[in-house]
Amino acid sequence: MTAKLEARGVAMTFPGPPEVRALEPIDLDVREGELVCLLGPSGCGKSTFLQIVAGFIRPTSGTVAIDGKPVDGPDRKRIFVFQERGVFPWLTVADNIGFGLADLARDVRAKRVAEYVELVGLRGFEHAYPHELSGGMKQRVEVARALAVDPDMLFLDEPFGALDSMTRLSMRSELLRIWQAAKKTIMFVTHDVDESVQLADRVVVMSARPGRIRSIVDIDIPRPRDLSSPRYLELRDGLLAEIGLAHAI
Amino acid sequence: MRGWRISAVAIVIAIVAWDLAIHLSGNTLLPGPLAVARALGELAVSGRLARYAIASLFRVTWGFALAVVVGIPLGLVLGWFARGGRTIGPILQFVRPISPLAWIPLSILWFGVGDAAAVFLIFIATVLPLTLTAMHAARGVHHVHVEAARNFGLSSAAIVRRVLLPSALPELIGGIRIALGIAWLVVVAAEMIAVNSGLGFLIVDARNAGDRYDLVVAGMVAIGVIGLVLDNALRALANSPVVSGRRA
Amino acid sequence: MRFERWLLPLAFTIVLVALWQLAVGTGKTGVLPGPWQVALGMRELWERGVLVGYAIDSLRRVAVGYAIAVAIGIPLGLWMGLSTSVFAAANPLVQILRPISPIAWIPIAIVLFGIGDGAPIFLIALAGVFPIASSVAAQVRSVPPMFLAAARNFGLGEAAIIRRVLFPAVLPQMLSMLRLALGVCWIVVVAAEMIAVDSGLGYLIIDSRNAGKRYDLVVAGMVLVGAIGLVLDLSFRLLERVRSVRWGFRSNS
Repeated sequence: MTAKLEARGVAMTFPGPPEVRALEPIDLDVREGELVCLLGPSGCGKSTFLQIVAGFIRPTSGTVAIDGKPVDGPDRKRIFVFQERGVFPWLTVADNIGFGLADLARDVRAKRVAEYVELVGLRGFEHAYPHELSGGMKQRVEVARALAVDPDMLFLDEPFGALDSMTRLSMRSELLRIWQAAKKTIMFVTHDVDESVQLADRVVVMSARPGRIRSIVDIDIPRPRDLSSPRYLELRDGLLAEIGLAHAI
Repeated sequence: MRGWRISAVAIVIAIVAWDLAIHLSGNTLLPGPLAVARALGELAVSGRLARYAIASLFRVTWGFALAVVVGIPLGLVLGWFARGGRTIGPILQFVRPISPLAWIPLSILWFGVGDAAAVFLIFIATVLPLTLTAMHAARGVHHVHVEAARNFGLSSAAIVRRVLLPSALPELIGGIRIALGIAWLVVVAAEMIAVNSGLGFLIVDARNAGDRYDLVVAGMVAIGVIGLVLDNALRALANSPVVSGRRA
Repeated sequence: MRFERWLLPLAFTIVLVALWQLAVGTGKTGVLPGPWQVALGMRELWERGVLVGYAIDSLRRVAVGYAIAVAIGIPLGLWMGLSTSVFAAANPLVQILRPISPIAWIPIAIVLFGIGDGAPIFLIALAGVFPIASSVAAQVRSVPPMFLAAARNFGLGEAAIIRRVLFPAVLPQMLSMLRLALGVCWIVVVAAEMIAVDSGLGYLIIDSRNAGKRYDLVVAGMVLVGAIGLVLDLSFRLLERVRSVRWGFRSNS
């Protein structure tokens, strides 16, 4: 069975001066319906790689194919979710979520928007503007906006980075709930080890300068994941050791 | 095509289009680019260009320096003490739209025709924008920074010197740049009316004394170039690490 | 205290006007008119029927010139902002022409348009178009690339991206800039009218002096110019408070 996404020999060098070799050639397959995390420290190229597979950047070499077809630009079927700054500040929550649905009939669009407002738990805030919302709410708007166009794949670049840790935990279970309900293929960039073990089917550990894949770890804990189970701790410690971080401070 | 090459081509095209427009319209009064270039040469060789440019710059310097010395401290004070700003602010907003050129009759009345009138006009035109900018910059100083300074036991004078001024500096330079642009605009206008030397005077005189529109446009070109140079110099200053590195 | 907002400026104005009257009363400044004379001068203008007439003349010229400046400046600025090659082509010309005071264009304007509305309108349009184009270009170039990337992600075509993302994103700043440009145009009309026409507030100011040293009318004209300019500015600010644009403004006065 061909993978949903196949990256072969993807490398990126940013022209200078000074020239920056951001990514060594990377090979990666992502299966349909998988949730894959790219984990690594700042500057390891994980965001760059994500933007390449999403079609926003052309790699210096290598190819990316999705559903067997080469990627050559961004596409509605593969939506990229930025941190909550990606929400359009001049549109209400409802208009943001409906942004990609402009070619639908008005009542169809309204119905779809209402569904997704409900899905991300923002009922009552349809007519609020982003500057009136908290960070977590803005992030949910962006996720809803991405989902509303029913893409096959979602790319999330440290989406919860700007949120406080308690909101982050609830947003993660939200994301999992939505993922399981909607069965999308998701690629998720993070620098938070716990986050990767909590969310991913597989964690792709990357190292920096130049960016390359260090190892790929299968997270074989069934969901819902118990955050204090021995297997969880074992996997997490393993990843911490992999990255080279001490675990006593 | 590389950026500067496009710019160069565009300028050449513009000049050619200008030349064509003059020839095709059969206009005998307005000069083409060649005539203007010759006129510029004439002005440069006779030393008038330098003399007039210096005269204009001299007035700008004096008027502008006065405005900076008066306006910026005043604005900083008004911005720092909120109540002062609320009181005086609306008055300043009211006076601002009054064209500095509307002050011309009064300035001639008070100073007669000559340098003082021009300097006064430049002062009037720039002191208000500078004050308003300084007010805004002072108000924008982050209260977190002020509180931290107080926490470290700094005296009021030290807070002004080490927090207010560095914080306000980038915006002040931006305001100075805009005000200098205004000063340059005003000096030209003031010279057309109230003095008898300088680039503005050149424009009026060239026309009055014999319809020398080639000199008129040459004067305009000189004005444009000098104004551009001034603006770029200030922009370089604003972007220099010394100034912008202090951005709060 | 809420009423501080208008009470303090009002009190300050009253004090200033009183000082002004005092200064004139003691005769120190000679020919300078006092506030009372200026008020009388305004009434005279009203009775002569020129107060409203001249104001309307000036406003009319500003309206037309400003409309032209906006109609040319915004599309030009958008084009310059979106295309690096257009920017490279147009920017040097804009930057060279911009510092040339519209006033310096007066002789050319008179040659092209003669005496009448044409010359001031030309000057006003000139005064407005360069700052507007230059500013819009800068604003377009500083739209966060993230917004444009997201728009492309959703499959929007170039025209739709401009209409639905670029334009709303720059709107708050553009409104501020348009307000300032209007202020500049107002200043220029007064200056243009001092030299190239025979009606309007600028003409009133210069003519009152030339035709008989009526400094009371001169200052009355100045007060009018200031008042109308303030009204224009405040009206524009009202626009900026519309809710769907307010996200772009820092919350200070």
